[in-house]
Amino acid sequence: MKQFKGRVIVPGTCKAEALVSRGGFNTLASFQMALMFGDKQVKCGDQNNADIYKKPMLGKALCLPMTIGSTTGGMVLYTACAVGKQPACMLFSLPIDSLAASGAILGDVWTDASMPVVDMLGEEFLETVQTGMTVTVGEDGVVTVEDEAKSE
Amino acid sequence: MKLTPEQEALLNGEKGETMAKVVKTLVMYGDAFGAERMVPVTSKCGHTVISFGLKAIQPVYDLYDQLIAAGLVSGQKFTADPRPLDPEVPSSLLEDIVFTTIMYTHQEKYEAQLKKLGILSDDGYTCTCYLDQVGNKPEKGDVLSWAESSAVVYANSVLGARCNRNSGIIELMGSVAGFVPEFGLLTDEGRKASWVVEVRCEKKPEAQLLGSAIGMKVMEDVPYVKGLDKWLGTELTDEACAYLKDFGAATASNGAVGLYHIDKLTPEAKELGTKLIKKDAQVYVIDDAELERVRESYPVIWENPAAKPELCFVGCPHLSLSQMEDWAAAIGERLRENGLNRVSVPTVFTASPAVLREAEKGVTAAKLRSYGIVLSYICPLMYMNNPLCKKKAVITCSNKLRTYTSARYCTESEILNVITRKGGTL
Repeated sequence: MKQFKGRVIVPGTCKAEALVSRGGFNTLASFQMALMFGDKQVKCGDQNNADIYKKPMLGKALCLPMTIGSTTGGMVLYTACAVGKQPACMLFSLPIDSLAASGAILGDVWTDASMPVVDMLGEEFLETVQTGMTVTVGEDGVVTVEDEAKSE
Repeated sequence: MKLTPEQEALLNGEKGETMAKVVKTLVMYGDAFGAERMVPVTSKCGHTVISFGLKAIQPVYDLYDQLIAAGLVSGQKFTADPRPLDPEVPSSLLEDIVFTTIMYTHQEKYEAQLKKLGILSDDGYTCTCYLDQVGNKPEKGDVLSWAESSAVVYANSVLGARCNRNSGIIELMGSVAGFVPEFGLLTDEGRKASWVVEVRCEKKPEAQLLGSAIGMKVMEDVPYVKGLDKWLGTELTDEACAYLKDFGAATASNGAVGLYHIDKLTPEAKELGTKLIKKDAQVYVIDDAELERVRESYPVIWENPAAKPELCFVGCPHLSLSQMEDWAAAIGERLRENGLNRVSVPTVFTASPAVLREAEKGVTAAKLRSYGIVLSYICPLMYMNNPLCKKKAVITCSNKLRTYTSARYCTESEILNVITRKGGTL
């Protein structure tokens, strides 16, 4: 078990299975098909992201360095929150980028969704956490990564 | 963040609960980036990235209904990204059914919302709002509340305006409030480069390939690019601006670049030169081999990678008038050389309604049509955002379109070769 302290962007707590994108997470490319055609598991549609392409994102602890791509990104994340298709939480190793921040804040202010967001968890966080591990997010921005990965 | 008494009153509900939520959103947005104050939006017009009446984003329209019901419309006129549909663009019956009954069912209703919110005109739908013909070209130093990654990076880099990479919805909220949090690319420090890119290619690098390589490397950082003056010169000519438009779109979509400086060419690089480079800046050297490596990394996700192209899109971001003229001349010449009259792959050129109107005034539009090319104002990305297109062998010279869809990237010269070759094969 290892703990990392980050900065709280959107407060909240959760415990979820990690889904790890080691490169930039392209929000539009990842969500567009799933949202448009009602994929219940919200599988990642970004063919350029080998780490998580075609993997379900719904209810996962999405671990990433930052988001990249189109400026519809925040709107897409807001929509995911508004229709209950959001990840359980978003955990950034780097300082949050403007698109992810927009989506997370719009989701927090304008919807009832709960999606805690913590940034600045550091490079070691992303080196430690593996897809399938259990991640717990505390109200204070402390993220706990369990050692054991669940079998996928 | 320190708000003015007026801003504080808005946050406390002086103009109603909805306005309070708008301001709260902007305050939280600023707080996430350490903004200390709000600054007025000074540009004449805004620009929104959301131009499509897509059923899947109903929550966005519901939110905009809340704004309209509360009397909160944009304090400035704005343009919007391109419309998603045009009957001129080739599509199957099944695609038409998907477009009109599953995907873009809310287009009419959404355009009515945009009218209430303050769109510039019925023709104000393009990702290249900054072109002269369109009428939304900010001045150097203007503070913008825009979204659309390719427009933001162009406005910052080529025009010297100041805008963060705002998201859709947030950009409209900035225009409604009339102020935005001051951070990032709105500050002098945030506009400094943390990467030096040295271009050491033997031949002029393809704009969209160079932009892709830089975007993937620097992600959201600001690059200072050296070595392009050899091909682009030191003045912002139509040709240089068109190159930078396509280059920037690729940096922004393949990475998250919001501003770049081109040594000896873009306004701040001309003014401040290497003073714009941070002391600890990293260096990225790009030669022809590096561009080839980047290109080889693109996945080809066609069902049959050896398929003959069924459709070709040129114009993401939308073409400028000079680009349309150059393409018309090149295609005409190549068709003659190959003994053909018309292109051998269904091809769509996209440009803003205003640029298309200009092209109609001269011979360019007529020439392109005579070669069999469809001219349209749509967003190719919106057209291709459906599973049916995944089965289609679409080629494009847009790295943005490649990133978001199953379209296969070809350089401009490859596109020219394919569409003017008998049989239209790759």
